[in-house]
Amino acid sequence: MSTGLVVVQILNGLQFGVLLFLIAAGLTLVFGVMDFINLAHGVQYMLGAYLAVAFYALTGNFLVALVLALAAALVFGLLLEFLIFRHLYDRDHLEQVIATFGIIIFLNQAVKTVWGAAPLTLPIPEFFSGSIVLMPGLLYPVWRLVIIGSGLAIGLLLYILVGHTRVGMLVRAGATNARMVSALGVDIHRLFMIVFGFGTMLAAFAGAMIAPILSVEPGMGDSVLILAFVVIVIGGIGSMRGAFLAALLIGLVDTLGRSFAIDILRLVMPPSPARTVGPAIASMLIYVLMALVLYFRPSGLFPARGRG
Amino acid sequence: MNRGLTASNTVSLPQDDRVGGLPAAIFLLLALVPFAAGFGPESYVLGLFTRVMVFAIAALALDFICGYGGLVSFGHAAFVGIGAYAVGILGAHGITDMLVSLPSALLASAIFAYLTGNVCLRTRSVYFIMITLAFGQMAYFIAGSLAPYGGDDGLTIRLRSTLFGFAILQNDRSFYYFVLLALLAAYLLFRAIVYSRFGRVFRGARENPTRMSTLGFDVFRFQRVGYVIAGAVGGLSGFLLANATQFVSPAFMSWQRSGELIIMILLGGLGTLHGAIIGAAAYLLIEEALGGITEQWKLIFGPLLVLIVLFARGGLLGLADKIRGRLGRA
Repeated sequence: MSTGLVVVQILNGLQFGVLLFLIAAGLTLVFGVMDFINLAHGVQYMLGAYLAVAFYALTGNFLVALVLALAAALVFGLLLEFLIFRHLYDRDHLEQVIATFGIIIFLNQAVKTVWGAAPLTLPIPEFFSGSIVLMPGLLYPVWRLVIIGSGLAIGLLLYILVGHTRVGMLVRAGATNARMVSALGVDIHRLFMIVFGFGTMLAAFAGAMIAPILSVEPGMGDSVLILAFVVIVIGGIGSMRGAFLAALLIGLVDTLGRSFAIDILRLVMPPSPARTVGPAIASMLIYVLMALVLYFRPSGLFPARGRG
Repeated sequence: MNRGLTASNTVSLPQDDRVGGLPAAIFLLLALVPFAAGFGPESYVLGLFTRVMVFAIAALALDFICGYGGLVSFGHAAFVGIGAYAVGILGAHGITDMLVSLPSALLASAIFAYLTGNVCLRTRSVYFIMITLAFGQMAYFIAGSLAPYGGDDGLTIRLRSTLFGFAILQNDRSFYYFVLLALLAAYLLFRAIVYSRFGRVFRGARENPTRMSTLGFDVFRFQRVGYVIAGAVGGLSGFLLANATQFVSPAFMSWQRSGELIIMILLGGLGTLHGAIIGAAAYLLIEEALGGITEQWKLIFGPLLVLIVLFARGGLLGLADKIRGRLGRA
C-alpha cells in the first residue's frame, strides 16, 4: 500500500464519484421537483454512451459526437416525457416504477438489437489520450482528470443555476412544494420539461464521457442506476448539495474499499479467508453506509426543506 | 407530498362477493393443471406452473406487507434466496430431510427479517424502499462470498428434500401438488391475518400511522411482526424454489428479482392476495409465451408493462372490474 497507489485510487474514487453525481443530479431533480421515480434514468446514461459511439463513427470527432449525442439524447428524452412520463406524474410511485422498468427492459433490448450484444469501445480523444506525471514515477491518465474537471465544472454550474437564477429558484420551490408553485401561476409543466430535459442531458453527458474508459454494453445503466439512487437517498432527495457530497462519498468509499479491503482484512485474519471475504465486504460497503445513514438520519444527510 | 408509496388501490373487503369465487376458481384451475398437462409436454407444463406457484408464494408475502401494510420492500428476493440457501447448504452436508430443512429455511428468513426490520421500519416511503434494497444487496453479496458453497457460481442440489427419508418430492406431479398445498396454506394464512384484529391494525398503520399510534397501538411492533411473517413465507418460497430448480445461486437475491416480485403484485392488483397469484402467473406466462415467439421478446414485454400502467390501473383485477363495469352498463 504505497502512497502513490493511495493517491491514484483516491483520484479514481473522485472520478467515479463525479460520474455518479452527473447521473444523480438529474435523478434527484426529477424526483425532488416532480415527485417522479424515473428508473429509466440509467438507460438514458447508457443511451448517451451508445449515441456518442455512433456519432463518433459517423464524424470521427469526439467533440462533435458529444454535442450530437447530447442533442439526440435530449430529443429522445423529451419524446419519452411527452409520450409516457407526462401521464405518470400524478400516479403512485409504484406505477411509475413499473412503467419506467418497462422502458428499461425495452431499451436494453433495443440497444442489443441495434448495436449487438458485444461491448463497443470509443477511443479517447487524441489531445487527452496521454498520461501526466503526478509524482515522480506516478502516471495518471489525462482523460480521467478531464472527467473529474468537467464534473466539478458542471457541479459549479448547477450550483449557480439552482442557487442563483430564477429558474433555479422555481426548481427549489418545486422541490419543496410543487403544488404551491403551480398555484402561484408558474407553468409547472414547462418547468417539469426543462428539469427533465436537463437531467436527461446530464445523464447522457456522463455516459458519453465515460464511454472511452468503459466498455459500452447493454445493461450498463442498471448498476449505475441503483448507485445513483443510493446517492440521492444518502444525500437527501431533492438536494443538489446532498447529491454532490454523497456522490463523492460513495465514489471514494466504493473505490477505496475495493482496492484495499483485502489488505486491511489481512491485518486481522489469515490471507486466504481475507481474499474471499474481502471483495464481498467491499461490494457491501456502500449499502452498509446507506443503512447507517438512514438509521440515524431517516431523510438523508441534507433533506430538502419541507419534505418529511 | 406524501402520497404515492402506499398505493391507493382499494383493499377488497370480506363481504365482497368475488373474494370467495375468484380465488376458489384459481386454486381449482391450478389443481387441474397436471391433468391437462397429461395431454401435452407434461414435464414442461408441470415445471412451468410449479415455478408460477413458487413465485406466487413469494408474491403473496410481498402483497401482504406492501398492499396491506404499505411497506414496499425492494429486497424481498433476499428472503427467497435465504430459504433456498438453507436447503442448499444443509444438502451439501448431507441433510436432505425437510423436517430439518423446511424449519431452517423459515427460521433463517424470519431471523433476517427480524434483524433488518428493526432498522428498515424506522424509515418511511421511498427511504424504506432503498433501505430494504440495501439489505437485499448485502445478502446478495454475502451469498456470493460463500466460497465453500459455490460463491458466485451457485450450488447444485443433488436430491430434492425428503420426508422421514422418503423421496416424496422426486416425482414431478407429487412435487406440484406439494407446492400447490404450500400456496394454499400461505394464501389462507394471509387471508386469516388480514381480517383478524392484528390485520386491521396492520392495515390501519398503512392508512394513518399517526392515528394508530394515537389509539395506543405500537405501530412499529405490529409492522415488525408482519414483516417477519412475510419474510418467513418468502423463505418457504425459497425452500420450494431450491427444490424445483435443484440449484441455488446469488442471482436468486439480485435486485432485479425483487423488482420482478413487485411487478408481479402490481400486475395482478395490489392488496388483494389472489391478485398476487394472478400477477405471478401473468408475468411468468407472458414471459414464457413471448419468449417462444421471438428472441426479442423484451421489445414487446417492456412496452406492454408501460401500456398496462397507462391504461389498466389496479392491475389485471382492476382491468377486469372495469370491463365488467362497461358490460354492466351496456
